[in-house]
Amino acid sequence: MAATSSASFRRLFDEVGPVDAVGVEERVAKFAARSIKKRAKLFGLKLAVSMVDLTTLEGKDTPGKVAALCAKALHPHDEADVPPVAAVCVYPAMVRPARRVLGPISPVRIASVATAFPSGQSPLKIRLAEVRQAVADGADEIDMVINRGAFLAGEFARLQDEIAAVSEARGAATLKVILETSELETYDNIRAASWLAMRVIRAGDFIKTSTGKTSLNATPGNNQVMLEAIRDFYLATGTAISMKPAGGIRTAKQALQFLVAVKETLGDAWLTNRRYRFGASSLLNDLLRQIAKEKSGAYQAPYYFSEAAESY
Amino acid sequence: MPKLSSAKKSRPRRPHSALIFGDLWEYDPAPETADPKLKPRYELFIGGKFVAPAGGQYRDSINPANERKLAEIAQADATDVDAAYAAAQKAYETVWGRLAGRERAKYLYRIARLLQDRAREFAVAETMDNGKPIRETRDFDVPTAAAHFFYHAGWADKLEYVAPGRRMAPLGVVGQVIPWNFPLLMLSWKIAPALATGNCVVIKPATNTSITAVKLAEIFQDAGLPPGVVNVITGPGATGGVIMAHPTAAKIAFTGSTEVGKIIMRSVAGGDKRMTMELGGKAANIVFDDAPIDQAVEGIVNGIFFNQGQVCCAGSRLLVHESVADAVVAKLKTRLRVLRVGDPLDKNTDVGAIVSRAQLDTIQGYLEAGVKEGAEMWQPPCRLPTKGFFMPPTIFTGVQQSHRIAREEIFGPVLAILTFRTVDEAIEKANNTAYGLSAGVWTDKGSRILKMSTELKAGVVWANTFNKFDPTSPFGGYKESGFGREGGRQGLLDYARLV
Amino acid sequence: MSRLPITKTPKAYVGGAFIRSESGRTFPLQDAAGNFFGNIPQCTRKDLRNAVEAAAKAGPGWARRTPYNRGQILYRLGEMLEARAGEMADALRLGGASRAAAAREVTATIDRLIYYAGWTDKYEQVLGNVNPVAAPYFNFTVTEPMGIVGVIAPAAPALLGLASLVAPVVASGNTVVALASEVQPYPAIVLGEMLATSDLPGGVVNLLTGFRAELVPTFATHAHLRALSAVADAGERQTLALGAVESVKRTRFIKAEEKYDWFADSAQGLYAIRDFLEFKTTWHPIGA
Repeated sequence: MAATSSASFRRLFDEVGPVDAVGVEERVAKFAARSIKKRAKLFGLKLAVSMVDLTTLEGKDTPGKVAALCAKALHPHDEADVPPVAAVCVYPAMVRPARRVLGPISPVRIASVATAFPSGQSPLKIRLAEVRQAVADGADEIDMVINRGAFLAGEFARLQDEIAAVSEARGAATLKVILETSELETYDNIRAASWLAMRVIRAGDFIKTSTGKTSLNATPGNNQVMLEAIRDFYLATGTAISMKPAGGIRTAKQALQFLVAVKETLGDAWLTNRRYRFGASSLLNDLLRQIAKEKSGAYQAPYYFSEAAESY
Repeated sequence: MPKLSSAKKSRPRRPHSALIFGDLWEYDPAPETADPKLKPRYELFIGGKFVAPAGGQYRDSINPANERKLAEIAQADATDVDAAYAAAQKAYETVWGRLAGRERAKYLYRIARLLQDRAREFAVAETMDNGKPIRETRDFDVPTAAAHFFYHAGWADKLEYVAPGRRMAPLGVVGQVIPWNFPLLMLSWKIAPALATGNCVVIKPATNTSITAVKLAEIFQDAGLPPGVVNVITGPGATGGVIMAHPTAAKIAFTGSTEVGKIIMRSVAGGDKRMTMELGGKAANIVFDDAPIDQAVEGIVNGIFFNQGQVCCAGSRLLVHESVADAVVAKLKTRLRVLRVGDPLDKNTDVGAIVSRAQLDTIQGYLEAGVKEGAEMWQPPCRLPTKGFFMPPTIFTGVQQSHRIAREEIFGPVLAILTFRTVDEAIEKANNTAYGLSAGVWTDKGSRILKMSTELKAGVVWANTFNKFDPTSPFGGYKESGFGREGGRQGLLDYARLV
Repeated sequence: MSRLPITKTPKAYVGGAFIRSESGRTFPLQDAAGNFFGNIPQCTRKDLRNAVEAAAKAGPGWARRTPYNRGQILYRLGEMLEARAGEMADALRLGGASRAAAAREVTATIDRLIYYAGWTDKYEQVLGNVNPVAAPYFNFTVTEPMGIVGVIAPAAPALLGLASLVAPVVASGNTVVALASEVQPYPAIVLGEMLATSDLPGGVVNLLTGFRAELVPTFATHAHLRALSAVADAGERQTLALGAVESVKRTRFIKAEEKYDWFADSAQGLYAIRDFLEFKTTWHPIGA
C-alpha cells in the first residue's frame, strides 16, 4: 500500500513539474517594474486594504488588544474613505473576545490560527480539538499549518490525510492551509505542497505562504509559485482556491507588486478578498498613508498613521 | 468586486474554466518623462568634430511608434568615408597606436561612466528611434552597453594574458556596420573591443536608427577621446558598402542579415581584410517534457517577443515535446494575454513598435505565407495604437519543417511551433537549418542539457533561460549565422594580430 | 589673528566604521619636521579579532556580488583617490617624502587600483577552464575566493604597498584585515575614508594601525584568517609561517630585507589574484 501510494505521489509530482528558481525571480522582477499610478494606484491601495487579514499573534495579546484590533479592522482610518479589512487574525484564545466586539454578524471575519500554530508539533488529536474549539467559539476562518516534518520526510499521504482531517473538523469555516515556505525551502517543494493541499480542500479555501514566525515569509517568488499552482489546479479541475501571502509585506509598494502578480497570473476573478488576502499588521498603516498621499498629493508623515513606538 | 462564477458541480463533463484578464484594474498611462535631448539635426562625427556631409544630404529619422519626425540625419557619401578613414588612420599612427594600454583603458572607463550618467536620456532617445519599450532600453540596452565599455576597458592593459604564447597587436583601422535592432548596444559591442585592442574605428549605424550613435559621439568628446579614434558615419545602406570595401580598413565587422553579409563578403573577396560577420538566425527553443514549464513559457516569450522578435538570436522556432505540447501552448496563450503592446514610452509596455513600415510589411508577408502553407495562426486580443508600426505577438501551430515560416528569418514577433518525440529528433530538427546562431534547451536533467549543448550546432546555447547577454560571454554563430565572436576573451582575438 | 584649524582625529577603519582601539591606547605621530601631528590608534589583538569578525560578516555578501559590481567599486575607489590626490600626497609627505615623490606614489596607487578593477570580471576566463577528460563528463574548474585574508603592509611605500597587497585580494571576493605601515600609518587612515566613500560594503577591507611586534603573532595564529599576504623580515616570516601551520593558512611573503620595486609593472598582475583563490573542479555526465 505504502509503495503504491508513494508511487502515485511520485507521479503527481512528475505531473506538477519542477520549478526553476532563477526563472521565477526574473518573472516577478517584471511585476516590480510595473508603474502603477493615480487612479490605478488608488484602486489597488483600497483593494489591498479590503484584503488585509489584520493580525495579532503574540504571547502578550489580551482581550483589550484584540478589541482595539477589531475596531481598527472595522474602521481603518477617520479621514480616509476606505473599506474595512477582510478579517482579523488571532490566536484561538482570542476568538471569543473578538466575537464579542464584532458581534454575531460583521463585515470583518474572524480568522483563528489553529493546529498548534506555528510549529504544528502537537498530536493530531489535540490539533483537531483546537480547530473545533475555535470554530465553536465563533471563528469564521481557520488558518492551519501543515506537517512540514512529514513533507520533508516524504510522508505525503500522512500530510494530506492530516489536512483532510482538519478540513473535516472545521465545519463551515473557511480553511487556510499554511505551507510554511521558508521550511520547505525550494520552489519545487512549495509547488508540490500546494498541489497536495489543494486536492483535499474546498473551493473558497486558501493556501497560505507562512506563519510569519520565521525569518523569511511571503516573497514575490513564493507568491508566484503558489499563484501558478492555483491557476493550474483551477484550469485542470474547475475548483478555485484562494491565496494568502503572510508576513514580510510591510509597505504599500510591496502589496501592489503582489497584486500585479495576481492580476497578471490569475486575472480579474482573483482581485477580490474572497480569493486573495494579505496576512499583515503594519501594512495597513502604510496603505492608509499612501491613500492619503494619493488624495492630497502630498507625501505623508508616518506618525499620522502608525502606532510605532519610535516616532521621528 | 466580481462574483465567483456559480458552482460547476451540476455539470457532468469536465468544467470549462477560464481566466479573466479584463479591465477591472487597468494600469493608468505611465509615460517616461525624461528628456532625450534630441537635436533637430545630427551631423557626421569625423576627426573628433561634428561636420556636415560633403553632399549636403539629410534624411528624416522617424519615431516608429507615432510616425513623427525626430531629427534630420546627415547622409554620408564616399567622400565622407574617405575623410573618416583618413582621420582614423592618422589617429592610429600618431596617437592611439602608441598609447599605453593603461591609458586607452582610462578613455573606455570614462565613456562607460558618462554613459551611465546619461543613461535615462539615452534610453528615451533609443526608444523613440527604434520603437522598443522604455523598460527594455532602460533596464537592458543602455546598462549593458555601458557594461561593455567597462568590461573592455579592463582588458586594454592586460592583453598579454589573452593569447597564450603570442602577443596581441592592433590591426589598425577597422570598418564596422551595425543594424537597427539594438543601435546603442551594437555600437558598444563593436567599438569597445576595437579600442581596447588599440585599433581606430569608422562605424556606420543603421540608416533607420542613427540617433544614439551620434549622441554617443558627444560622449566621446566629453571623455576627451583623441580625435579620429572613432568616426561615426551616418547614411544610406550603400555608404555601408563603401565602408566595408574601403582599402584602409585592416578589418571589417558586420552585423546584419545573412543576405547583406554575403554581398559584403563578395565585395571584399580576394583581398587581405580580416572580417567578422554576425548574421541571421532561426533558433530552436527546445522544451522537453520534464522542463519547468512556467519558466519555459517565460523563456519562450523572452525568446521571441523581447525586442519585438527583431533579434538575430531570437527563439523563433519552438520545438516542444509532443507529450507537453498542448499544455505548453495553452500556457503560452494565457501568458500572451497579459503581454502589453503599446506606446514604447509607457513604462508598462512589454511589446513596442516594429522599427519601420517596410519591416512590418515584411512580417505581414510571412503571416500570410504561414496561413497559406496551412499552419494555424493565433494572436492574443490587443488594442493597437492607430498610428505607428504595431502588430500583436503571433504564434503558429501545426508548423512543418518545410514551411517558410519555419525556415526563413522573419525578424518579428512571430513564433513557429513544431513538436518532437525524442532527443535525437529534437537535435535533428534544431540543426536542420542553414543558420546556427543560438538555441534554447529546457529540461530538468543536467546531463541532457550537456548533451544538447554538445550536439546543437549553435554558437550560443541557453539552458533553462534565453536571450541572456553579458560582456564576458562570447557571442556569435555557426554556419550561415556568421563567424567570429563578440564579447569575452574570444571576442578580443578578432580585433588583433597575433605576433 | 590667524584662524586656528580643526585638527583631525586619526581613526582606524574597521567594519565600515571609524574606531579608536578598544584598548584606548594611541601612539603619537610626528610630521617630517618633528612636530606633533596626531595620535594614532594602537590596535590590539582584540581589535584584530573584531576586525576579523567584521570581515567574516561582510564576506558572503561581497563574494556573491557580481564581478562587474566589484570592478565598479574598485574603480570608484580610484575615482575617490584621484579626486583627493592632493590630500593623500600631503599624508605621504608627513613621512618626509618630496612633493614629487608623494604625487608619484599617489598616481601609481590610483593606476594600480584601476588595474585590479579591470581584472574582477576577467581572471576567471584566464584561470578557470574546461578539462577534456577521457570520459563522457563535462569537467570544469572554477575559482573561488578563500575567505578572510590577513595583510601586513611594508613600512614603505606606505600607500602603494598597502594598496598593492589589498586590491588583488578583494578583487575576487575575499575580505581583508590589514596592518598598515608602522612608521607611516597616516596614509592608511586617509585610505579608510576613501574606502568608506566608494560603495565598498563595510567590513570588506579593515585597516588597523599599530605595532607589528604586538600584532603579527595574532595574524599568524587566528584560525579564521585563511591566508596571509605579508611583507615581512626573516623573524616575522618565521612567526607567521609557524603560526599558520595549525590552521593550514596559505601564505605569500615578500621579503622585507630585499629590494622590491613597487612601482614596476612586475609588482602587479594576475598571479597576485591567483594566490588567494581556491580551485574547484566539478564533473557532470553528458548524456540524454
